[in-house]
Amino acid sequence: MSATSIPLAEGRMEWHLPYRGRVAMLSLITAEAAIFSIFVVAYLFYIGKSLTGPMPKDVLSVPVFYTICLLTSSLTIHLAANALRRGSVQSFGVLWFVTIALGAAFLYGTATEWHRLIYQKGFTITTNLFGTTYYSLVGLHGFHVVVGLVSLSVVMAFTLLGSVGSEHAERVDVLSLYWHFVDAVWVVVFTVVYVIGR
Amino acid sequence: MSTESIAWPSTTVGSRPFVDHVHEWIATVDHKRLGLLYIGFALMFLMIAGMEALIIRIQLIRPHNDFVSPQVFNRLFTMHGTTMIFFVIMPVLFGFANYLIPLMIGARDMAFPRLNAFSFWMTAFGGLLLYFSVLGGNGLYGAGSAPDVGWFAYAPLTSQTFSIGHSTDFWTLALLVSGFGSIGTAINIIATVLCMRCPGMTLAKMPLFAWLNLVMAGLVVLAVSPLTAAQIMLVIDRYLGGHFFDTQAGGSAVIWMHFFWVFGHPEVYILVLPAFAFASEIIPVFSRKPIFGYSVMVGATIAIGFISMSVWAHHMFTVGMNAAANTFFVISTMAIAVPTGIKIFNWLATMWGGKIEFKTPMLFCIAFLFQFLIAGLTGIMQGAAPFDWHLGNSYFVVAHFHYVIVGGILFCVFGAFYYWFPKMTGKMYSETLGKLHFWIFIVGFHLTFDFMHIPGLLGMPRRIYTYEPGRGWDTWNFIVTIGVFFQAAAILVFLGNLLWSYFRGKAAGSDPWDAWTLEWSTNSPPPAYNFAVIPVVRSRRPLWDLKHPDDPDWKYE
Repeated sequence: MSATSIPLAEGRMEWHLPYRGRVAMLSLITAEAAIFSIFVVAYLFYIGKSLTGPMPKDVLSVPVFYTICLLTSSLTIHLAANALRRGSVQSFGVLWFVTIALGAAFLYGTATEWHRLIYQKGFTITTNLFGTTYYSLVGLHGFHVVVGLVSLSVVMAFTLLGSVGSEHAERVDVLSLYWHFVDAVWVVVFTVVYVIGR
Repeated sequence: MSTESIAWPSTTVGSRPFVDHVHEWIATVDHKRLGLLYIGFALMFLMIAGMEALIIRIQLIRPHNDFVSPQVFNRLFTMHGTTMIFFVIMPVLFGFANYLIPLMIGARDMAFPRLNAFSFWMTAFGGLLLYFSVLGGNGLYGAGSAPDVGWFAYAPLTSQTFSIGHSTDFWTLALLVSGFGSIGTAINIIATVLCMRCPGMTLAKMPLFAWLNLVMAGLVVLAVSPLTAAQIMLVIDRYLGGHFFDTQAGGSAVIWMHFFWVFGHPEVYILVLPAFAFASEIIPVFSRKPIFGYSVMVGATIAIGFISMSVWAHHMFTVGMNAAANTFFVISTMAIAVPTGIKIFNWLATMWGGKIEFKTPMLFCIAFLFQFLIAGLTGIMQGAAPFDWHLGNSYFVVAHFHYVIVGGILFCVFGAFYYWFPKMTGKMYSETLGKLHFWIFIVGFHLTFDFMHIPGLLGMPRRIYTYEPGRGWDTWNFIVTIGVFFQAAAILVFLGNLLWSYFRGKAAGSDPWDAWTLEWSTNSPPPAYNFAVIPVVRSRRPLWDLKHPDDPDWKYE
């Protein structure tokens, strides 16, 4: 250590900056949105370009119930975060659990649909362009639901162990941002795959 | 007022086993050490990719040369391009950003130190994975070695049919993995700049370095993600039998081009904005004047960020898009010259009337101004679609983008090495060797890349492993290759300077340049905690205020 440092001004002043977790999550969501938009563009670009069947209207059925499940989970996670901010850990735990259950129900819905497509219709990712884009886009979203569910379950485990309190409300908010994003992406995917693409 | 740094009881500690030092560096989450790791990693790959360039040029020194086989030549240009972009320039820029941003904004570390370490190691493993292809690329079919599909890997070259074995898989996975690292670092930089600034440092009082890197990080988030998506699609095509880029099943080869260049063009600005950041710190200090037009510089940077997202298809004029698309991308490409031109004028105005000190960092930045201008002008030439139809895929293009990346970006990076070397090591570099490096390199650079334009204009396509004599290309190719030897010699002087100065250099002190940003207020090298007390700033040049209490900046800002 050669020279001493140059003394700096010290002092107190009002100084507020945004919470780094929120900023980072919003940045991550932007990056994820860019990834999804590329897959959505590919899906839209390849609609009707498959050289062989089956076509979307032949095999796809609209998953209305499971969509309602996923969208409802956005509401429950919002209420859960609110409950934690108020300090009522009990109702936070219940609502958080309901969120996980709704997310799991959605995943179950995707699983049964894929099982039906693969084993009854013989429709896979290699079948045609529709298969490639459909399984990629829905699968990428499903992967994000899985990541979300794992994260939510970690928070659930800590809640059951009694180590989550209102001081964690800001962090739980960050996680709920991610979950809202996963739901919002489903709205886009649903529109593209089941409304426009069908 | 006084904040003496805390004494470090280094004298009382005996020497520790070597493995302890290694462990300390591998397990570190300190932004300064990770910054140095990034820089060291980039220098290692600079040597490798530089050797590849040297071999490419030796092969092309005369017609019908057979220094390497056509197959090896294809691997060399693919590996040279991929390595230089993803494992040299990006890591070295991330390294400087990592090292300097917390110091410049008065923070003790990045916002997420462990994410920082994760991102670095992802990038490092990506680089190793790419070069592991030399061993593992044979795959089951015994075909292929290092990737040979070119750095933009157009379909259908990457399909299983044309790329058997695993060489393309190594390329894809290397970029996928390092892409996650880049996105992680970018998120970290955004969170650090927005959430970790010291009291008093509003966004309008940040050093331009932090501003430019913030915009760069935003571009990484928006542009590297599409590349990641495209690589996922390629993996699906190659491993799961998908048809994204499979023209026989109705897929499109052109959509890969779009996806790649949606990343590829903003990538140029990801690389050049940090270079601008170096210039924006170095030029004012060695002109002894504050930066001219700070707010305009910030505005121009943001404008570049936005416009750069809408110019990608100027890489694709020769594909045959419709007239409307061509027109749009010509206009947007011309538009981006405006904010870039504003920046060049601002740097010139900063130097105008200044008391310029021609130290090595300043020499590199002055050369950058001149060369970046030329690179921009040839860019405008090719931004005009009709002109590009003639020169697309020729050596003119190669000369143009090397003028940007070497003449613009690498010159700034060298300037940054010399400028911050005293801060990072506590030692002063050798000014003689630095100037020697500059002059040899600038001679080599101009021999190589000035004369490379000409065979391009005469019709020499890029990526050919040899050529026929008597087309008027011979002399130019000879001169170009001679220039490369000058550049290689200059790089050796540079590395020698770094090593010699590290072991034998004079002590630099905390503020050898009489500079104005916060990193010069702490010790050289900075202690692990950066600042004993978190500083409070009132202007863009906090150290000026301290050194000139009678005439501080905050009275005028």
